[in-house]
Amino acid sequence: MKSIRLILSLLTTLPTLAHATLNVFACEPEWGALTSELGGNAVKVYTATTAMQDPHRIEARPSLIAQTRRANLVVCTGAELEVGWLPLLLRESGNAEVQPGRPGYFEATRYVTLLDKPTLIDRSQGDVHAAGNPHIQTDPRNIARVGAALAQRLVEVDPANAAVYQARWKAFSARWEASIARWQQQAAPLRGMSVVVQHKSFTYLLNWLGLREVATLEPKPGVEASVGYLAEVAARLKTTPARAVLRATYQSPRASEWLAQRADIPAVALPFTVGGAPGADDLFGLFDVTLAGLLKVPQ
Amino acid sequence: MLRPTLMAAALVVAFPAYADADLDALRTELQQLKASYEARIQSLESRLQAAETQANQAVQTADKAESQAKNAAAQVKTADVQTTPVESASDNAASRFNPEISLILQGQYANLNGDITDRNITGFLSPGVSEASSGFSIAESELVLSASVDPYFRGYLNAAIDPDGGVGVEEAWVETTSLGQGLTIKAGRFLSALGYQNQFHPHAWDFATNSLMYDAEFGGAYTQNGAQVRWVAPTDLFMEFGAEFGNGDSFPSTTSSGLGDYTLFSHFGGDVGVSNSWTAGVSYLYGKAQDRESGLTDLNGNPAQTLFNGNSKNWNADFVWKWAPEGNPTEQYFKFVAEYFWRDEQGNLVCADNLATGGVCDGTASAYTSSQSGGYLQGVYQFMPRWRVGYRYDRLNVGSTHFGTNDAYLPVYDYSPTANTLMVDYSPSEFSRLRLQYTQNKSMIDLTENQFFVQYIMSLGAHGAHKY
Repeated sequence: MKSIRLILSLLTTLPTLAHATLNVFACEPEWGALTSELGGNAVKVYTATTAMQDPHRIEARPSLIAQTRRANLVVCTGAELEVGWLPLLLRESGNAEVQPGRPGYFEATRYVTLLDKPTLIDRSQGDVHAAGNPHIQTDPRNIARVGAALAQRLVEVDPANAAVYQARWKAFSARWEASIARWQQQAAPLRGMSVVVQHKSFTYLLNWLGLREVATLEPKPGVEASVGYLAEVAARLKTTPARAVLRATYQSPRASEWLAQRADIPAVALPFTVGGAPGADDLFGLFDVTLAGLLKVPQ
Repeated sequence: MLRPTLMAAALVVAFPAYADADLDALRTELQQLKASYEARIQSLESRLQAAETQANQAVQTADKAESQAKNAAAQVKTADVQTTPVESASDNAASRFNPEISLILQGQYANLNGDITDRNITGFLSPGVSEASSGFSIAESELVLSASVDPYFRGYLNAAIDPDGGVGVEEAWVETTSLGQGLTIKAGRFLSALGYQNQFHPHAWDFATNSLMYDAEFGGAYTQNGAQVRWVAPTDLFMEFGAEFGNGDSFPSTTSSGLGDYTLFSHFGGDVGVSNSWTAGVSYLYGKAQDRESGLTDLNGNPAQTLFNGNSKNWNADFVWKWAPEGNPTEQYFKFVAEYFWRDEQGNLVCADNLATGGVCDGTASAYTSSQSGGYLQGVYQFMPRWRVGYRYDRLNVGSTHFGTNDAYLPVYDYSPTANTLMVDYSPSEFSRLRLQYTQNKSMIDLTENQFFVQYIMSLGAHGAHKY
């Protein structure tokens, strides 16, 4: 009898529990972290990928479909980054709230001006993103832009907690702007430094700090380098030297370490997103660790 | 004397009067002229003024437009800080409405045993194994179009262009996108959601050839002309339940009119840690067969055509396990698939009269029951980027078959068809794949066939998302 009453009380409270917190499905860790900053206890965030996974190549696993089914808001990068898996999750989930065009579907890249817009959209150019480079989270100013839009979207989707989102956005924004100023000051000596990157992962970071990208370790986006191509890059570095090779921690170290050894420059693994390295546990840590990694490069 | 003066006086008096009248006329004429000129000038002036104000207005609107443009530009600049989306200007308005298009080109070189003319699976009433041809051949080219119809529906078409000409519609369906609550309804022609591999088109298979199980159970894949309802449960564990109702015009059903068959399916799945994930499912298919044709070999060893009338009950179980270090399949991954089916058929079978060609069947209809099963196990391992190796083991259990009085004409086998398949494939990018495959095929009794395949699969156009 007691257990029946318990089950009944559970059943009656379940729907209210489900409404108390907003279920957010974040495609990448940076958007999961940002949503947590803005939502606090008002949101329950599920992050679909980790920093050790390549966001281009995620399988539409059953667990992800189950989470999409329960989401009130989907927060993703957009710009075709998740084209290989997100459309399938949305279709299979049967969740009308989070379909593209609904308030429950949020694409971060829509609120940022994208770089690297290809002039030639042809698959012979590799895995190009027609809308531009989607890896916007490596510039903290983009995080601020997306944060402003996301705060507004949270208010729209969950008006009951509007005050929470607005207050938390205000507090986060103030801390974030102060941090950006601090990072920019720290990074001042990095201005003009030449680097080699593994994939076009850090375009926005380099653009923010004024670093120069002299070569990419992929002959074309998403196409893995052959030994011949790497040798070519190594030869090119003799005339236009670089001070470091940068890669994201989820990428295989083979190519960058080979080149680093050849050119006698350090290979630096940057977290790329939240959780990508020890210390990069939130958005603030992400940039602290990123800058520390870059500043370790002998000047 | 008086007269001239009088006349003069009169003249003088009269003249001014005369002159006055003339002058007046002139004056009025002048005045009229002046008035008309003035009117004309006025009208000209007013026209000029109007033109001037128009010009001013034009300048003003130009100014306004400029300031608007400036505002817009300012807005675009501030959009970064504001929360209005930044629209990419390069998007072509018309092309935004175009559906996603992709085209799949496939071809192969096959080395098969040329002596085998009548391919079948021993002991199974199958719709006939597709007549694979030796040498170079191109497979059907698939053209796939899909898009949102409106906020409520999505449409999908998969048309197969036959190398010998002709276009077949593999799939053409619409499904709801706005029902919510995990509910989706699909209608049209579609690959049934039963089992695991059934919904994959050949270009997405891990091997160049189909499994014996799918060949025996469905003659390839089970296609539904009908409607499907499916529901995803709001749980952490993935749970999907669904039902399909259809015409049943795809093997093992062959009803030509009305609702012939139905399927019930369930799929479950989840993650184990960050590196492992799985899915498993159980499905049931009930089909009605009317004059379903299958080719057998009679006791004399002659080809015999049979017609089956009755019902077909099929249970399917599937299990898939995938592993990728840290859940990142870019470098390495392993995929394991196992599927099994059980089939019970009951009804009557006609063995068409083949006496004329030396056979023993005389067209008798007699009771037919069979209880059969089969399945496959496969593993595919990507050991380094771009390179995969795979192995599949196929085995069918002939089970028990009773032909009734036709037992006198048709043999009952005690033979388990099997096949061993090894493949290695190389994918220069995610849009192209080259494959080498060897199959030791023992699907026919007393025959071991060594098959070799070299295959290419290329996909052009939209970046299709593949199912798990």
